[in-house]
Formats: sequence, C-alpha cells, structure tokens
Amino acid sequence: MSAEGHDHGQDHEHEHHHKDTFITKYIFSIDHKMIAKQYLITGIIMGVIGIAMSLLFRMQLAWPEESFKIFNVLLGDKFAPDGVMTNDVYLALVTIHGTIMVFFVLTAGLSGTFSNLLIPLQIGARDMASGFMNMVSYWLFFLSAVIMLSSLFVEAGPASSGWTIYPPLSALPQAIPGSGTGMTLWLVSMAIFIASSLMGSLNYIVTVINLRTKGMSMTRLPLTIWTFFVTAVIGVISFPVLLSAALLLIFDRSFGTSFFLSDIYIAGEVLHYQGGSPVLFEHLFWFLGHPEVYIVILPAMGLVSEIMATNSRKPIFGYRAMIMSVLAIAFLSTIVWGHHMFVSGMNPFLGSVFTFTTLLIAIPSAVKAFNWITTLWKGNLQFNPAMLFSIGMVSTFITGGLTGIILGDSTLDINVHDTYFVIAHFHLVMGISALYGMFAGIYHWFPKMYGRMLNKNLGYIHFWVTAVCAYGVFFPMHFIGLAGLPRRYYTNTSFPLFDDLQNVNVLITVFALVGGAFQLVFLYNFFSSIFYGKKAVQNPWRSTTLEWTTPVEHIHGNWPGEIPHVYRWPYDYSNPNYDVDFVPQNVPMKEGEEVLHH
Amino acid sequence: MTSLLVIIVLVLLAVALWQLTKIFDLTQVGANSDDSQVASDNDNNIQGYLMFGFLAFIYIFTIYGLLKWGPLVLHTPASEHGSLVDSLMNITWVLIFVVQFITQGLLYYFSFKYKGDKDKKALYFADNNRLEALWSVIPAVVLAGLILYGLYAWNNIMFVDEDEDTIVIELYAQQFKWTARYAGPDNVLGKANVRLIEGINTLGVDMSDPYSQDDIVVSELHIPKGKKVHFKMRSQDVLHSAYMPHFRAQMNCVPGMVTEFAFTPVYTTSEYRELPYMVEKVAHINSIRSKKSVDLVAKGETALDPYTFDYLLLCNKICGTSHYNMQMKIVVDTPEDYKKWLSEKATLAQDIKAAVAPAPTEGAAGSTDTTKVDTTAKVEAPKVAMK
Repeated sequence: MSAEGHDHGQDHEHEHHHKDTFITKYIFSIDHKMIAKQYLITGIIMGVIGIAMSLLFRMQLAWPEESFKIFNVLLGDKFAPDGVMTNDVYLALVTIHGTIMVFFVLTAGLSGTFSNLLIPLQIGARDMASGFMNMVSYWLFFLSAVIMLSSLFVEAGPASSGWTIYPPLSALPQAIPGSGTGMTLWLVSMAIFIASSLMGSLNYIVTVINLRTKGMSMTRLPLTIWTFFVTAVIGVISFPVLLSAALLLIFDRSFGTSFFLSDIYIAGEVLHYQGGSPVLFEHLFWFLGHPEVYIVILPAMGLVSEIMATNSRKPIFGYRAMIMSVLAIAFLSTIVWGHHMFVSGMNPFLGSVFTFTTLLIAIPSAVKAFNWITTLWKGNLQFNPAMLFSIGMVSTFITGGLTGIILGDSTLDINVHDTYFVIAHFHLVMGISALYGMFAGIYHWFPKMYGRMLNKNLGYIHFWVTAVCAYGVFFPMHFIGLAGLPRRYYTNTSFPLFDDLQNVNVLITVFALVGGAFQLVFLYNFFSSIFYGKKAVQNPWRSTTLEWTTPVEHIHGNWPGEIPHVYRWPYDYSNPNYDVDFVPQNVPMKEGEEVLHH
Repeated sequence: MTSLLVIIVLVLLAVALWQLTKIFDLTQVGANSDDSQVASDNDNNIQGYLMFGFLAFIYIFTIYGLLKWGPLVLHTPASEHGSLVDSLMNITWVLIFVVQFITQGLLYYFSFKYKGDKDKKALYFADNNRLEALWSVIPAVVLAGLILYGLYAWNNIMFVDEDEDTIVIELYAQQFKWTARYAGPDNVLGKANVRLIEGINTLGVDMSDPYSQDDIVVSELHIPKGKKVHFKMRSQDVLHSAYMPHFRAQMNCVPGMVTEFAFTPVYTTSEYRELPYMVEKVAHINSIRSKKSVDLVAKGETALDPYTFDYLLLCNKICGTSHYNMQMKIVVDTPEDYKKWLSEKATLAQDIKAAVAPAPTEGAAGSTDTTKVDTTAKVEAPKVAMK
C-alpha cells in the first residue's frame, strides 16, 4: 500500500473523529491508543483481583485453618465460616488466581495493551488494519472478564480444578462442587476470551505486514514489534486448539459424549462414559498451554529489549540474533508441550522426545540473556524506573529459566513434578518476568499514553520492594518443593513429615503480603499521575522510535501531517557519526554515512 | 493475634514508605532538580549503588537459603534408580549455580559500573558474531551432555522389562484414598473394571477371571527390600498421581487406562529411620511439634503425637476437596517379613466369600446382589485388560 494513498483516506476519517461523542471516544472507541488504555485498565483491575486472591491463599498456607476476619469479609459466611477458609474455596482461589494472571493480566493485559499502543505508532501507521475488529476484540475480552468474575458468585463456587482444568475433575460436578455452574462459566468465558485473542492477533499480524511506513523494512522494526508479531502468530496457531479442547469438554459435560472420560465410578454409581482419555485433554491443553507461556513472556522480552537499548544509550546487542532467537523460541515452543506430561501416563518414548526439544529452548534463551547483559556493557545507563524493571526482568528470567533445565529433564521431573519447585520456577520465569516487563512498559510508555509522567521516586520504591519480595517469595519455594511438598494442598498439617517446612511458608507469606501491599504504591502513582502527573515532553527518554515523533496530545491518525519515513534501524544510540547520543529513525542518513551494524 | 501482627506490619510498612519517599526527595535537593521525572545523574548514582547492593542481597540470600533450608530437602534416595536421579540432579545444580553466579554477577555489576553520567557517551557496539557463536555453542554442548545423561536415566527407569522377575502390585486411586492389590502367587493381576464394583469388591475385580482368585486387597502398602516392584495404577474417578518422594517415583493414575512405574527399594523402613539425616530431621520435627503441643495444651486441646518416619504415598494431582489428605503408608520390609505379612492376608476371593456367607439367612438381599452382578457383566464393557 502506498503511504500517500493511505494518508488521504485517513485524513478524511480523522476529521470525522473530532466530533466524537463520549461513547465513541471513551467506550466504543476504534482508536488503537484508546483501546490500549482500555486493555491496560482492565488488566490492572484483573491483576489487583488475581494478586489479592494469592495473598488470601498464602495466608491460609502460612497459618492453616486460622480464623481471619478478612476472609469472612471477602469470602462470606459460606466460604469462610468464622473466618476460616474452607478447602473448596482454597482450590477455587488457586484456580481463578492462575486463570486471571495467565490469561487476563499477562496475555490480554500485556499483549493487548502494548501491541495495540505500539504496533501502529512504531511502524508508522494511522491505526490498526481493522479498527472495528480491534474494538470488538476488546469488548469480547471485557465480556469474558465479566463472566469469569461473575463465576465467583455462583452458589457452588467458581471453577476449582486448577487453571489447567484437567477432566474428569473439571467435568464432573460430583467430583468437586466448582465443576458445576462455575466450570460452565469458566469455559464460556475462555471461549469468548479466545475469540477476542484471535481477533487481536490477526489484526496485529495484518497490520505489521501491510501498514509499515515507507522505509520500515522488517529488519528496521523495533524488537517490540518483532515480539508482538511473533506472539500473535503463536497465538493464532495455538489458541484454536484450546478452544477445541474447551468445546469438547463442554460436549462431555453437557451432551454426554466421551472425548476425555472413560470408566468412571463416582458417588456410588458407574457413569456411562467409555473410550475417552484425560490424557488427550492434557495434550490439547498443553498444545496451547506451553506456547501460552511464550505468548506471555515474548512481549515482555520485546519491551525490555527496547527499554534497555534506550536507557543504556546503546544499540541493543545482536539485533539480528535477537530476532533469530525469538523465532527459534517461537518454533520450539510449539513442540515442547509434552514436558508438562512426563508422568501423565503417556508413552515414555514421547518423554524422551520432549526432553530433547525442551532443553533446546535453553539455547536461544541463553543468547537473549547474554545479549541483554552485553547491551549494558560500556553503556551510559539511565536508571529510569522502566530500566530498573527491565534489569529485574533479565535477572528473574535467568533465575527462573535455569531451574527449567531440571523440570525439562524427564528424569528429574519425576520427583519435582507438581511440587512447589514448579511453582517457584514458573512464577519467576514467566510470572514475575512478564509482570516486570509489563511494569517496565507502563513506566516507559505512560507519557505516550497519558501525556504525563509517572513519579520516578515512587517508581524506585515500587521496584526495589517488589524486587526483594519477589525473590523472598519464590526463592525459598524451591527448597520446600525439593522437600517433596505437593502444590494445591489446602494445608500441609496432615503430614508431620512437612512440619519443618512451616516456618518457610510463613516467611514466604510475609514477603508476599509486603510485596502485595507495595503494589498500592504503583496503583497510587498510576491513577494520580493520569490526572496530576507532570506534563510530558514529546520525547522524554530521548528515544529513536517513531512513537515519540507524534504529538503529546492524542489525535486520531497519530501524526497531524504526513507519516514520517524511516531511514535507519531503531537502535542508533551513541552513533559515533553524530554528536547527539540518539538518532531517530526518521532522520535521513547523512551523505556518505555508513551503516555501522548488521 | 496473627491478624493483629499483619496489621502492625502493614502500618510499619506505610511509615517506612513515607520515610523512603522523603529520603528520595531529599536526595533530589542538592542535584539541580528539574522535576522532569527523568532520571538525573544523581538518581543514576544512587540506583547504581542499589544495583550493587541487590547483587549482594541475591548472593547472601542464596547462601543463607542453602544453609538454612538446604537440610530440608529430600536426601538419600530409598530406591535403586534414585541414586541415578540424584546424581544427575547434583550435576545440574552445580551447573545452575555456576551460571547463576556468573550471569547475575555480570548483570548487576555492569549496572553498577556503567551507571549513567551525562559527560560520557556509550560505546556503539551493535553486534559481534563470534560472541553470539560463543554463547550459542557453549550452552548447546553442555545441554547435549545433560540430555544424553537424562535420556539414559529415563530409559533405565521407565521401560520395565516384562520378563523381569518383579512383584506386581496394583495401586488403586479414588477420592480420597489409596488401595493396593497384590497379584498373589501367580504374580498376575486379575482383570478389573469399575463396572464390576460391587459391595466388598470395591476395586471392580473380575472374579470370573482365574488370575483374580489369589489377588489380595489391602490398605497399607508393604514391599520387600531389594526386589523390583512393578506398580500398575488405576483410578476410578478423577486423575490422581501416585507420588512416592523418597523413592523418586511418581506416576499419574488415569481413569480408563493402566499406568506403570517400577522401582527397587534399597532401605527397609527401619533402616531408613536410622540414617543420620533422618534421625536429625525427625528430632527437628519433633522439637517443632512439642513446641506446638505446649501451645495446644495451654488452649485446652490435645497435644500432637510425636512423629516417627514412614515412607508415604501422596496424591500429587489435584483431585478434589480432600486432595491435601490423600495418603497411604508404605512399609519396606525385609523379604522374610514381607512374605510373612502377605501370607497372613486373606485373598479377595476369601473376603467375598466371607461377606456372602451369612447371606443365605437373608436370602432375598443375596439373590438381588447376584442378579446385579449378572446384568453388569452382560454390558460387556471393554474391560481394562490386566496382565
């Protein structure tokens, strides 16, 4: 598409949008910047709920079956009589915490926010390929969030068979109360969520391929765009498989089919199911479930790469290697799902294959980690809060990633599978890392979103307390996992064997409560800065990418005049040919200027 | 009491936060504070030192953890293959700690060393193929070693030779208890299917199968030291996982199929109790329990029993409300004790006979039961074939 032709069409539209009503501007907006903000706010609200749930069950684990007034207030008489959390609600909290954090915060909240905000701005497009589809995508996400939250209020409680919803537990209300209406709502919510996610992904892919401005070749794309693009591709490949698993499970639950169920005797009677297999569900679930962790972490990696380069005042080290490693990770991520199933009863030979493919992922991951570290080397590091979170992300990604060598090895997985060791591993490598990436993104692009600056001192406090607490929570968990403590236990008091782990559990919970409480600092900073933050200048971080060439005040269509053309790669920081330490992408090459990178 | 503690902690934190903000504000006073909310050189300096401090925190916390919590982790494996698993684990740990030490060190040291200074310019260093090759090839070589060792161990553990002389035992999972079925003198388990569950035959064993006649059903697992035990696992309702951490053994129990795991125990229960690490661990646990008991007695509740070690089978796949308490005791006997224990157990066939025997006096109930068995048998469900 020619940039000019595109411009004219958009300018025309642009005038119309000045007459926006409140509803078309703030609610059913088709402007990608507004949709990004909608995703972010929804994601933050879901994040608050998800984290609060984890604090509640952490309290139960530290002080099992003790009475807390707050349980009674938040969970009600049915689920916390006399302030003691019941075991059913414990499992429900664990399940919904996982679901909310993985899908609603770190998939939609992270990808939805930054893909929407940055793809058009950084590639030089007026908007997404389809603004309408983008709007529908957000509202489907919103609807799925509402349904998920409404499941908390049904009589038998929400889904409580773990976020992986393995049948038969998730299929039979006789097996656990949460598998009644709660599970139905969970499945409906996820089906809608997947529709939303697919619409978003298709939009991102089409936009990146078709709407790049003149001169923006694929090898001049910022790494953010590369990761969003690849993430969207993985999403399109794997989310439909989860949708099919969810649909088949709905069939089993409601229409009596036997895709995942066979030979079941429960509550004193034999059920009619025959010939299905729960292992089939596990395969389908993890065919999404594993790529999903990369759907979560890749955008965070992109954001961190961009922020590190900007704040190191240095090119990202190994731009092409970074792209290659993202592609390698994306490819491998679709053929490693079986490492979640080493002891599921599948053929051990498959276990061998999945061990091999899984451990290969360590190679591109190592390349990324070393490239980030080398980016810092001889830089001129500007410690803005976004930079702190980016360094923190690399740190937790390494710490969490290394224990993946243990879990990915089928032999070693036998004894740590489904213990707290797994919880420690994935919370560090994809939970905390992705969350750090998201925070980094928010601190960095807040001026672009709201035209104001976040308070940096509050940002510093937020980072340091969070950093200490994140390690305080998840580092000790490795040990209790290696001691053999299974996850998803309501209390460990049934096993005197684990009595010596109780102090560790208390310590973890204290760190969690402190860390959780300090997220209030962020919330305060975020919401007060939207209204009272210091007004931002156009390019506060002196960055090279195109989004900082747009005016501070948002306009539909992004650039008032022509879309800027691109003449160079996005990482010309401290280019020796120039006196200034950054050269934006839209600055033409000087006569005879050589390209200094590959 | 604890909620009060929590509130106090929260209040203290709020105060600490307020103080911290003030400190950060004060540090701005000297610097030419432009209020731009962009990091100044003064910020870079402070944050750079904090980066260094955080590196120290990670190192110290790791060492503290290893000393303080290291003794909690599972020690001496109680099965033959366990030492293979543990040595691979130890090699992996050495590797992990080396890489963790170096990479975190570089990351935070560079952060400290190259903290921003407005008079400096960064080095334009965009790429270097040799470096990229270096940190692609080194992990690839190291991982190749780990993969080979891992696969060697995995194949040794998981593929059970059917001709091998083993003791075949069925582990049967249901919400929320474990049952074991011994194959008896013929060492072959009789066929079974949940559709045959009836009265005392809670495992749905097909009593018309000749192999079933000598099967023995028990609720406490005894296995002999030094002999390979071949577990065949079934579940009657939802997924469960048979987790025997001391034996480095775990396998899911899946309704509709039979899963397997085999291992050879190398310590009897009493031998394992005598291991120095276990003596120490049990003493530690008992000191915790007696402390707790003092509190309980003061509240008028009963004191906790002192703890003696036993091998356990835990459920390690979320299976419902009481998942957290689905366990079975495992006893590893000497071969003689094992034989003696097993010989004292009645077979399932005898149990059923004993249960049916008084039936003639209440004839009606007995006869309806028999018809029921007949009808279910006529359904001709594809039975789970058990060798």
